[in-house]
Amino acid sequence: MTDREDGHWLTRPTSIRKLWWGFSTLLALTVLAQLVVYVKGYFTVDGWFGFGAIYGFLCCLAMVLFAKALGFILKRRSDYYLERDDDA
Amino acid sequence: MMPELISPALIMVAAALVIGPARGYLRTAVVLLAPLLTLWAVWQVPDGVQDSVRFLSYQIEPVEGSPLRRLFATIFALMAFVGGLYSFRLARWQELAAAYFYAAGAIGVSFAGDLISLFVYWELMALFSTVVVWSGGTPAARAAGIRYAILHLLGGVVLKVGIEGVVVSTGSIQITPMLAQDFSSWMILCGILINAAAPPLSAWLADAYPESSPTGSVFLSAFTTKTAVLALILLFPGEPVLIGVGLFMVIYGIIYALLENDIRRILAYSVVNQVGFMVCAVGIGTQLALNGAAAHAFAHIIYKALLFMSAGVVIYRTGKNRCSELGGLFRTMPITTICCIIGALSISSFPLTSGFTTKSLISQAAANEGLVWVYMLLTAASAGVFLHAGIKFPWFVFFQKDSGLRPRDAPWNMALAMIIFSALCLLLGIFPEWLYRFLPYPVDYVAYTPGKVLFYLQLLLFSGLAFFLLLPLMKRTETISLDVDWLWRRGAPAVAAWLGRLLEPIRDLGASLGSASQNLLRFLTARYLGQPHTADREERAVFARSWPIGTTALWIAILLSAYVLIYYI
Repeated sequence: MTDREDGHWLTRPTSIRKLWWGFSTLLALTVLAQLVVYVKGYFTVDGWFGFGAIYGFLCCLAMVLFAKALGFILKRRSDYYLERDDDA
Repeated sequence: MMPELISPALIMVAAALVIGPARGYLRTAVVLLAPLLTLWAVWQVPDGVQDSVRFLSYQIEPVEGSPLRRLFATIFALMAFVGGLYSFRLARWQELAAAYFYAAGAIGVSFAGDLISLFVYWELMALFSTVVVWSGGTPAARAAGIRYAILHLLGGVVLKVGIEGVVVSTGSIQITPMLAQDFSSWMILCGILINAAAPPLSAWLADAYPESSPTGSVFLSAFTTKTAVLALILLFPGEPVLIGVGLFMVIYGIIYALLENDIRRILAYSVVNQVGFMVCAVGIGTQLALNGAAAHAFAHIIYKALLFMSAGVVIYRTGKNRCSELGGLFRTMPITTICCIIGALSISSFPLTSGFTTKSLISQAAANEGLVWVYMLLTAASAGVFLHAGIKFPWFVFFQKDSGLRPRDAPWNMALAMIIFSALCLLLGIFPEWLYRFLPYPVDYVAYTPGKVLFYLQLLLFSGLAFFLLLPLMKRTETISLDVDWLWRRGAPAVAAWLGRLLEPIRDLGASLGSASQNLLRFLTARYLGQPHTADREERAVFARSWPIGTTALWIAILLSAYVLIYYI
């Protein structure tokens, strides 16, 4: 994921660990904030506690897995269309 | 010609004509000043039809003003200015001139008061956008440009068939809202949807845009699909089919962008995704939804061009365009990285960016109409946009691994163009009322409520979490993904080859018949016409012999007498 040799602060393992901690705290805060902030639900479910978080995560999971599965059918080598032009 | 008949588009046409002959500073001045002059002219157009001129038996209205039309023309002119600023030192003059003709087409469509004017400017766009694609200069760009041109000319024909049908059945060339009910209106809808990159013919966009030059793709991302959105708002507001079409585009764009390795192709698929939001909004058709479609188109042009600009700088500086070859560029390209991140946050409708204040209008419209599935799918798509464009694009280009590349940051003019659009992304996000004031219908909507902001933060940040947790699944591979264009790039040639093999016996039969008839002819000519090259009289056949002149005279006499006899009988 990162290169440890060039020494940029953003690529050091310690900074990355800190970033993960910061990010996780932020995630927790956005969910906990719903205890004090009222989120209006238009269709009941979307007003549930932490709905945005769970829905966002699950949708992304579903989309990534669906894309991955579709990739087995649809993916071809980058030169797929070029080969033909060479033949022609 | 009356001044009321002069569309602001003609300023861009004039500029496009001058760009070629002009040289040096004069050319730069034309490139930068013409869009600003156009922008001024756009705001001089009052509401309503300005004037009309009789052409054949139709009243042509080249200029019709309305808040909606001015809004689109404004962003097109602004786009031409910032695009010109971005490109003028790098792009060849042919590309710049074509891009300005292309922008003129888009502005012309914005003000077109009748279907004939609309069609003329529509085709102007099709022609010159093809030239912009060709300006990529590579064999791949040439081939993609030809496919692009064929599809858009086909779309033009479909649109024309529809317009003719409407004119014949109603006798009017007025642009008025309609629903897709009969053959003609369906044809118009299909013609427009081809330009909106709607299924099934959406593959042209991801096929052609990434093959253009780094500067060309900035212009391409702005005009064609958004004029289609404007045409849909003008002609098909509330057409229910559009809701389904839009939702399909939204999801399709995300899935294909997730699979993609080419950085500009990721952005191209996300154009389809974003236009899907607008098409869906036009389908919902309420005032709030149409405001949302217009506002989102406005904001989208800015942040999408910004993203294409950052991709263009990367390609210009590194010569590489695949995620798998890039990475770690943030070290030496801070301006490009920051501008790209602002664009990426905007497209993801992150709070405080233009995407949030415009896209939420569309979601709100769906919620107000009680369209639970539409609302849920649009919300899921917002999460997906953050996934494929908001994080994936900047992550793979500027962060992920260290590719070892240490390119310089953007040249000053490209950096300035990106900074202008980044600033606009933030300004429209922080002060949404600046844009809301110019929307076609009065806006009674508060973008920032604590609940709404919190909901979107949860949605987007947890999508971010999903991205980083699923990163191993998203490792970039040196692949492309098949799309509908497979049908005409591989499928049709394969069918043709198969048919060729199927017809081989018939071809063989034809060939043997041909040679047999040739042999027969040769025999007959030898038999009756003889061998002209042989000097010997005896060897010549009956028609090839020389005859004495007396015999010929005798025959002529006989023929003439026969003629006289027959005449009297």
